[in-house]
Amino acid sequence: MVQRPEPELDELYRELILDHYKHPRHRDPLPHADVRAEGYNPVCGDEVDMQLAFDGDRLTGIALQSRGCSISQASGSMMSGLVEGKPVREIRRLSDEFKQMLTDPDAPVPDDLGDLEALRGVGKFAVRVKCATLAWHTLADGIDQHEQGNSAVTREEA
Amino acid sequence: MTFDIEKIRQDFPILDRKVHGKPLVYLDNAATTQKPRQVIDALVHYYEHFNANIHRGLHTLAEEATAAYEASRVRAGRFINAAHPDQEIIFTRNTTESINLVANAWGRKFLRPGDEIVFSAMEHHSNLIPWQLIAGATGARLRYIEIDATGHLIWDDVLAKIGERTKVVAISQMSNVLGTINPVKQIAEVARRFGAIVLVDGAQSVPHMPVDVRDLDCDFLAFSAHKMLGPTGVGVLYGKRDLLDAMDPFLGGGEMIKRVTFESSTYADLPHKFEAGTPNIADVIAFAPAIDYLEALGMDAVRAHEIEITQYAIDQLSAVEGVTVYGPADAGEKGGAVTFNYGDLHPHDLSQVLDQEGIAIRAGHHCAQPLMRELGVVATARASFYIYNRKDEVDALVDALGAADRIFGNGATTRA
Repeated sequence: MVQRPEPELDELYRELILDHYKHPRHRDPLPHADVRAEGYNPVCGDEVDMQLAFDGDRLTGIALQSRGCSISQASGSMMSGLVEGKPVREIRRLSDEFKQMLTDPDAPVPDDLGDLEALRGVGKFAVRVKCATLAWHTLADGIDQHEQGNSAVTREEA
Repeated sequence: MTFDIEKIRQDFPILDRKVHGKPLVYLDNAATTQKPRQVIDALVHYYEHFNANIHRGLHTLAEEATAAYEASRVRAGRFINAAHPDQEIIFTRNTTESINLVANAWGRKFLRPGDEIVFSAMEHHSNLIPWQLIAGATGARLRYIEIDATGHLIWDDVLAKIGERTKVVAISQMSNVLGTINPVKQIAEVARRFGAIVLVDGAQSVPHMPVDVRDLDCDFLAFSAHKMLGPTGVGVLYGKRDLLDAMDPFLGGGEMIKRVTFESSTYADLPHKFEAGTPNIADVIAFAPAIDYLEALGMDAVRAHEIEITQYAIDQLSAVEGVTVYGPADAGEKGGAVTFNYGDLHPHDLSQVLDQEGIAIRAGHHCAQPLMRELGVVATARASFYIYNRKDEVDALVDALGAADRIFGNGATTRA
């Protein structure tokens, strides 16, 4: 077993994370959404409702309402700020980068994830990784729906 | 043996360990309990001295292993006062498998479309999903008994839901979330009026209080060794002999047959009819010293200790501003599990902070999602106690809420 230094709690609960948790962004439901998606984590019961608006292959609007722990809520809040206005292909790249940051402790720290970089410490608490990726899985599901021209609600299990 | 917690603690090697530099405070006993030296030694002794497959070999080791395995069966049967402990105790993997055994082996043979299966709103998924599956396969219907705001079954609803169509009443004796002790003896009386069979989920009750199947007059009782000082991987199903005899086997294979041809087979007598294949020999054998340990303490003394520490925990937690405690407030009406939330702090965040203080609790839906919806919450935190827990561990839990406060601010109630 590889011995790594014991993770400290303040690596997980950084100031920026707590700020997003207490004051989540993009929380007001989107009135004219093209797509709605729901995310659910059966391990802890966390839920996300997400509305997305698109202009072609560009995500022009995102809103999410979630029930869950600080990590899942903060991740969703930070993500919404990062991806709004970006083309779908770029969002997919950022999503992969984010997931790699959480699962590979030796990966170089990305410089284009904005506030989400604060979630890097989550990778040291393996059971919390799914909390941090729930909103991303939900977003991916919403984008898939958009590309398939399907606006029905589906449920993504993280 | 008197109830001397310090002496008890010396029998549990794991209680010496530190977590994140702090002494372990283990408050997740409803999930699984720790194991005393006597149980750990019994496992090692078996593997070092008489490891062999049972019921077949004619050599010394096989005879010794068989004798020890069957002795555990009788030991488990006597612990719950079974009339025929050598025939009415079936070893399974866990409570879940015990319940699945009954749902399948009894349900497939005797349930008909329109028959009703009654359970309660506080069942663990293990006493819910097996019945959903068998209802789907047989056309039987599901009904559940509702609970009131204090976490008790509503008696009028017991009388309303159990009736002429009821064929099975499946009910937990002690809720794994609320701790509520249900009046299963009285419920069994009602069920019997209509000729329904009664399965008691004893996963939480058997480890924590005296349980007597002849006094309850239940038809089946399911519980797990690992929640009562024993090894993981051993479940118990008690069943009345005539009912077990009437059922078809659950799993087929070696050890459960008498005569086999390519076309058909005749089955072994009880209890072997329900134990196909090589069982979990070592863990079953090491279950016996766990029962010995509890009996030496006395189940009345175990219960008295848990009432004392549980009431202390309810009182101390309730006194913290922002804490909501769910379930009965009187420890005399419940087992040693206290379920709570702290402000609107998510239990996973709370559990993470407590872990850093060396305190192990459970956070989540406790495999009882329907009950969580009844309570109007997504998840809760749960502290659960056993024979080795001291009041100062409750104090450590309450103090650690302060650590959560320092990170999240006043019970995390600041968020809109």
